[in-house]
Parts: sequence; structure tokens; C-alpha cells
Amino acid sequence: MSNVPLSYIARNLTARKLTTALTAGGMALVVYVFATVLMLSAGLEETLVATGQPDNVIVIRRSSQTEVQSGVDRASAAIVESLPDIATGADGRKLISKEPVVLISLPKRDSGKASNVVIRGATQAGLELRPQVRIVEGRMFQPGTSEIIAGRSIANGFRGAALGETLRFAQRDWTVVGVFDAGRTGFNSEIWGDAEQLLQAFRRVAFSAAIFKLADDSRFDAVKEQIESDPRLQLEAKRETLFYADQSAALSKFISYLGITISVIFSIGAIIGAMITMYASVASRTNEIGTLRALGFSRASIMVAFLGEALLLGLVGGLIGLVGAAFMQAFSISTMNFQTFAEIAFGFTLTPGIIAASIAFALIMGFVGGFLPAARAARMKIVDALRAA
Amino acid sequence: MFVPLMVLKNAFRHKLRTSLTVVGIIVAITAFGLLRTIVDAWYAGAEATSSARLVSRNAISLVFSMPLTYAQKIRQVPGVTAVSWANWFGGVYITERNFFPQFAIDAATYLDMYPEFVLKPEERKAFLVDRRGAVVGRKLADQYGWKLGDQIPLRGTIFPGTWTFTLRAIYDGVDAKTDETQFFFHWQFLNETVKARFPRRGDQIGVYVVEIRDPTQAAAISQDIDATFKNSLAETLTETEKAFQLGFVAMTEAILVAVQAVSFVVIVIIMAVMANTMAMTARERYSEYATMKALGFGQGFVALLVFAESIGIALAGGALGILLTFPLANIFAGAMGTLFPVFFVSRETVLMQLGASLVIGVVAAAVPAWRAARVRIVDGLRAIA
Repeated sequence: MSNVPLSYIARNLTARKLTTALTAGGMALVVYVFATVLMLSAGLEETLVATGQPDNVIVIRRSSQTEVQSGVDRASAAIVESLPDIATGADGRKLISKEPVVLISLPKRDSGKASNVVIRGATQAGLELRPQVRIVEGRMFQPGTSEIIAGRSIANGFRGAALGETLRFAQRDWTVVGVFDAGRTGFNSEIWGDAEQLLQAFRRVAFSAAIFKLADDSRFDAVKEQIESDPRLQLEAKRETLFYADQSAALSKFISYLGITISVIFSIGAIIGAMITMYASVASRTNEIGTLRALGFSRASIMVAFLGEALLLGLVGGLIGLVGAAFMQAFSISTMNFQTFAEIAFGFTLTPGIIAASIAFALIMGFVGGFLPAARAARMKIVDALRAA
Repeated sequence: MFVPLMVLKNAFRHKLRTSLTVVGIIVAITAFGLLRTIVDAWYAGAEATSSARLVSRNAISLVFSMPLTYAQKIRQVPGVTAVSWANWFGGVYITERNFFPQFAIDAATYLDMYPEFVLKPEERKAFLVDRRGAVVGRKLADQYGWKLGDQIPLRGTIFPGTWTFTLRAIYDGVDAKTDETQFFFHWQFLNETVKARFPRRGDQIGVYVVEIRDPTQAAAISQDIDATFKNSLAETLTETEKAFQLGFVAMTEAILVAVQAVSFVVIVIIMAVMANTMAMTARERYSEYATMKALGFGQGFVALLVFAESIGIALAGGALGILLTFPLANIFAGAMGTLFPVFFVSRETVLMQLGASLVIGVVAAAVPAWRAARVRIVDGLRAIA
């Protein structure tokens, strides 16, 4: 004989609305936490990966890991600049930007608590190397002046960083003359000013990094070899995409490990909820199970029917949780990246992989919660079941 | 005796359901406790500070340093009793995964200022006389199996090259709140080497630690210190050690808030599970409640029965969960190693766990108790589960 019809299974869930709602609600919360954390981790990775351009190369001092810790003196930067593999811009000059990068401590706009913000000395070439950066308010800074432009997250999130406001650091007042939007990239969490002006103000003699565009992308390995084997240079070269992805690795791993551990522990609670509900469902329908068996439904189809009910419960919970998590895409979060010691703003990104993982997670919860009760239902003897009060 | 006995019998009528619910509450209360402890661990650095210590740093940000000459000037500020300093080294031990904080310190003054780091006198002396010596916390030494006399190589990220230190002393924390994962070595050794290779980078200090006579004067002395260096190339920002440490916590506040929020989500999840249990229980017993009412028991008594059962189950689960938190926290701390330098379950956490289980019991019983109390005798007697 065939299986118990799906509509019959589904209707059992609506028979006890409070119980179904509470059980599915518990699962929905677990799936919500699970999905949100994965979205956060994905959002961070997306932000930092998108920060780099595939054919850009960043050169920093060997084993310094971040731009802020690195130092590239003028002589070394000049040697790098002389490499033949650097692309040339429309005006015939080489597309290389030698940039000082430092951190300044700024108070957040809402709480007044200080956090570290990256301030980058940029050049004209630096802008061309990063096509994702667009000025959305005001104008570009004038080279040779104490003017700066702020990334959108910084302009919104920190005091004194919005258009027309001034910031005081390194014995000068710096006027914010523009706000730039760099899409979903790490540059949104930076302030840019004129490289030479910043070097002077901070009394620095060395740049932090040199970034250039490759004329021929396939020559990367050769260029890397040339820079790293040059005895005059204590530098290392990395593809910009990889450089930024590495910087997010620890934070993103931390978020996803913590989140998955928490979700798995939480899911025990939700699984127990499903188990209680399904055991009660089996117990109160003993007569009904006996009748179904007497009508000729096999043990297997009884088992499938109850498992189906539990899976459906999980699916409902999973979908509700996922819808809740999808709304989180409207928010973004700003925190310190342990590796760079600097503020980074990033959003929640919902990917198809996360949707699939969340639904699978919800179904697993339903399956684990429903398996033992379903097995109990399937094992019942027809006579006993029919006789039960 | 009648009521407690009845509640107990009722609670064990469905043994499987009650035990599943208790297990769920144990998991939730334990998870809640661990998450709160993680949040506490975040604040551990700020908790272990002394109100008699101030920290001065470059006002631009911690990345910038200050000249060595500031030490003399800070010492002259009234109310200051001692000055020491430290530089963040940021070295890598074998691989990036082995993270622990390393500081180059002015050894004698720094160790005097931090009595919470307890050193054996002979080890302290051995460290002070060896320019390449290092002193590390007990937890850190245990993690990597270091013994006195071992050579420890660190690859510099801020200061290029490989630096090798000889372990001369291991400190113990004066109590559980003390960070035992730090690595200290001589600032003089760092400075000499840096000066020889990069003359411009010599004689620079990351942070000054200032000891003051009267902690109530902290704000005034901080202002005096900062005023001394106003309009200089390296203006300072002086704050209490606690404020300095809280500054780090604030930078990662978003993550902290998320962990805190999530710790409450687990309570809500288990509340739903528990409410479900109580709803089922009450639904099955409507006819009993009606019978009791017919016998003359009031609405309040029926509600009390439901509440007592719910709170009883929740507290039982909560108590077991609290007991389980301690061994699990130890295992977790062991697995995390030096990532969380200070990790222990505080009294506040236990009280919050207790409060949370009580709230679970009360909230879960609210609707079922209301329904049970309101059930009409005629309907109740007619009801079938």
C-alpha cells in the first residue's frame, strides 16, 4: 500500500497551533542565529576580498603582515617603481602609488568611544588603481593642502569626519572636503589625504606600502620573484586580493567558529522541543496509528509519515528563521579587525550557500527530533494500539 | 505536605517529557553561563587594573610612539610616584596562529609597579641581569612547554628580523584575575638593536605607565601630564589603566554586543520549549483541574499547581546546568589556551543563570496556568486530551 498522503501529515501540524508555533519558533530562532552568523562572516570576507583588485600588487616590508606595521623607504620604493612590468596610465605615467598608512584614534559618533581608523596618504595614481572609489559628496582633496576625504562608513560613524567638518591630529586641522563611496570594500572605512602632506605631518620618512598595477597579469610570479630576491630590498609582494583576504581570515574564522558552535549547542534545545512535540503527537494518536495500520499502511509508511511531520516542522521553523535573517541585510556592523587593529565596517551577506545550509540545518534538527518518536509509532502493534484508551 | 507531593508526582507523570525538558534547560543554562563567561573574559583586562596606575600614550593613536625623554618630565609632575614604560613588540612565535602579547619593558620599574606578577626572587634577579632574558606567565609557559633556560625565537613584524630570548623567569598571577599569558623582555635590548640598525627609530616609547600616590587625583594628574606635552610633536593622552583597557573592549564592542544578545536568545528558545511542555501538560489535565474545582479548590490553587510544577522543573534543570558550567568552562579554557587569558565563572554569572531559570519557569507556566485556572468545570470534565 502507498504512503500516508502529505496533506494528512501537514494537517496534523495545524491541529495544535500553540504547540506547533512554540516548537517551530524555537527552531526558527536557532536557524536565525545560524544564518546571521554565516552572513556576517560572508559579509566580512566579501568586503575584504572586494577591496583588492586582481591585477594590483601590493609591496610591504617582509613579514610585516599589515600596511600599518610595514615601512618602505623612498629608495626601496624607487627601485620597485623602476620595474618594467608596471602598467602605465592614460597620461603615460606608471600606475604606482606609494602610500603612508597610519592609524588615528577617533571618537565614534554615537557613543563617543574611540576606535582606530586607517588614514591613507593617496595619490592620483592611487585613485586610478582603485576604480571602485567614487566621490559621492563634495570634491577630491587638493594635493599639497590639509584637506582630506572620508569613506562613507567613517563619515557616518565618526565625529568630525562628515563633509565640512574638521579633524585635528598631528598638530593640524584637517578639513573633510569630500566623502567617497567605495562600494562594499574596506576603503569605506578609511580616510584619505595627500601622501606628502601626511608624511610631513606625521614626521615619517618612509611609506608604508607601494601598490602598482601589472601591465601583464600573467607576469605576477616573475615580478614577485624579482622583488623578493633583490638583495637591496627587504620587501615582499602580494596580490592585492590575497593581501586583503588574509587580513580578514582571523576575524571571519572567529565569527564563523563561534557562531557555528553556538548554533549547534542551541540546536540541542530546539531538537528536544521537536522531540517532546512529536512524542506527544504519537502518544495522543495511538488509536489513529492502529487504525492506519489496520487499514493496511505499513510500518515504514507510518514511520515516514511521522518523520515527514517532524521535517515539515523543521522546514517551517527554518523558513521563518531565514526570513528573519534576510532582514539583517539592511544592517551593517562596524568593529575592530584584530589583525589590522583598525575599524572595519561590513554588512550581512545572504548567499545561496547560506540559504541551503540553513534549510539543511533546520531539516536535520527536525529529523533528529522526529526519528525516535517516529520509530516508536512504527513499532506499535496493531492490536495494542487499537485497544489503547 | 500535600501540595509539594502532588506537584512532584505530576512532574514525573510523563518521565520522558520531563527529562527531555530538563535536559533542554541544562543545555540552555550551561550555554548561557559559558557565553556570559566569554563576555566576562573580554573585560578581564579592565577588571585586573589598578586605580593607582595611569597609562600615557600618543594622542594620535597607539601606533605612534613618544620620546624617551618624556619619562623624566612625567616623573616631575606632582603626585606621580613612579614611571615605567612598555613597547608592543608584535612578534610571531613560529606561526601566526601562536598569538600572545609581547612587551619590551623597563624591567625593574615595571615589575615593581605590577605586584600582581609574582616572581621567585632568584628568577627575578636572573631576568634582570640578562639583557636577552625574558619573563613569561605560567599559562603561556605551560602552553608551549617552555622551561627556564629555553631559547625562544620571535619573528618581528614591527621590528624586522628574528629575535631570540632566553627564558629566565616565569611569573604566577596573584589571583585568578591576573593575565598569565604575557611575554616580557628588556626594552634596553630592543632599543640598542633598533638604534644600531635604524637610528631614527631609537629611544621611542609605546606607552608610559605612571604610578600615582592618590588614586582620587587620577583625573587631575592625567590633565597635568597631557598639559606638559601640549603642542609638542607627540602630544599625549593619559587615562587610568582601566579606561585604557576598556578602550580596547570598546573597539570590539559590536562582537561583544552580539555575543550578549545571543546569550539571551538561547533563553528564549528554551522558554518556547518549556512553554510547549507546560501547555501540553495542562491540556492533558483539564478534566483533573475541573474535578478539583468541583471539589471546591479555587482558581488560584489550580494556577499554583501549574506554576509550581513549571518552576520546579526549570530550577532543577537550572541547578544541574550551573553545576555543569564549571567543568565545561575549565575544558573550554584549556582548549582555547592563551586566547582567553582569564576565564572563570563569576558569582554574577551563577546568579544570572539562577535568575534565568526562574524566569523560564514562570514565563512558560503563564499561559497554561491562566487557561487551567479559567477552565469551566463542565467543559473541563468533558475535555479529552
